[in-house]
Amino acid sequence: MQLVSTISLWLIPILIGFILVHGTWKKVPTYETFVEGGKEGIKIAISIIPFLVGMLVSIAIFRASGALQFFVDLIKPFLEFIGVPAEIVPLAIIRPISGTAALGMTSDLIATYGPDSFIGRLASVLQGSTDTTFYVLTVYFGAVGIKKMGDALKIGLLADAVGIIASIIVVTLFFGTI
Amino acid sequence: MINYIWVAMTIIGIIFAMFNGTMDDVNKAVFQGAQDAVTLCIGLISVLVFWLGLMKIAQSSGLLDILAKLFRPFVKKLFPDIPDDHPAMGYILSNLMANMFGLGNAATPLGIKAMEQLKKLNGDKDSASRSMITFLVINTSSLTIIPTTVLAIRMNYDSASPAEIVLPTLIATICSTLGAIFIDRFFYNRKNRSGVK
Repeated sequence: MQLVSTISLWLIPILIGFILVHGTWKKVPTYETFVEGGKEGIKIAISIIPFLVGMLVSIAIFRASGALQFFVDLIKPFLEFIGVPAEIVPLAIIRPISGTAALGMTSDLIATYGPDSFIGRLASVLQGSTDTTFYVLTVYFGAVGIKKMGDALKIGLLADAVGIIASIIVVTLFFGTI
Repeated sequence: MINYIWVAMTIIGIIFAMFNGTMDDVNKAVFQGAQDAVTLCIGLISVLVFWLGLMKIAQSSGLLDILAKLFRPFVKKLFPDIPDDHPAMGYILSNLMANMFGLGNAATPLGIKAMEQLKKLNGDKDSASRSMITFLVINTSSLTIIPTTVLAIRMNYDSASPAEIVLPTLIATICSTLGAIFIDRFFYNRKNRSGVK
């Protein structure tokens, strides 16, 4: 654990240092290049605002109205039938939709059931093993102005389902169901 | 499809609120959601500026090319449509690297740059190309080796072993990423075959 946290702590500063040293060595005008590239960052951040506002408001309405909870309750019996513990169902459904909501739920589950319980471990693995599909889709395609997304969302959500099932199997195999 | 989902989520929510007596919450959610989105974007400016600036240096110094050359055989299989030496390759690789090391903040700007290049490659059309979909689903399935946020939460709640979930998470992530790649291929092949008919 000590090693893992040390590595994650050192990673970013060392990466920054390495890029700067390599750039200087290759005689790149580092500071000017940095500023040049940075300007693009502002443009991108501003350009994705409408995409995120649209998506987040829609998700917020869906959640606040109680509709999300209704659909969670609706498919809960089915998910429980295929072996998904009831406590984890809301998190599994929300993970692809809202990153902050999922993170909140994960900490809530860990706080309620304990980090070393089956539910706590499952929530941890679930949170870490997939990403917020809707957010990634909105930001990446939004920033470059892609309107026709093809099968991207469908594939993303199916892959999330694979991740959820894999999480349950792996956690059960590793720690048992207690 | 995104249009229908977007409208459906909103309308279903509003209709639900009518019967649920949650109209008040919905009203709040509209403004809170919009505000959250803007706050998120403004928050992204700092990271985007910093990492895109840094990556511009890495690009000028040839670091991205070195990276691309190293992993080319592997990534070439995933993205058969991208020509050799195309700048998209370098950005895709550095995005995947940043993701693996849990540098989500660094990964996003690189991913956007990669998308930009892929769009150029696709003749600047507003529809997603094959490579773009593959790249996107690899990203949505997450590639994190070390889930730092989850580790922090577990430590916060006094886990006896916060890091015990690192290996299971890694295995689950590999499953979901492989799943994404295979499902993507499946859809692509199916579409192509029906296109031939």
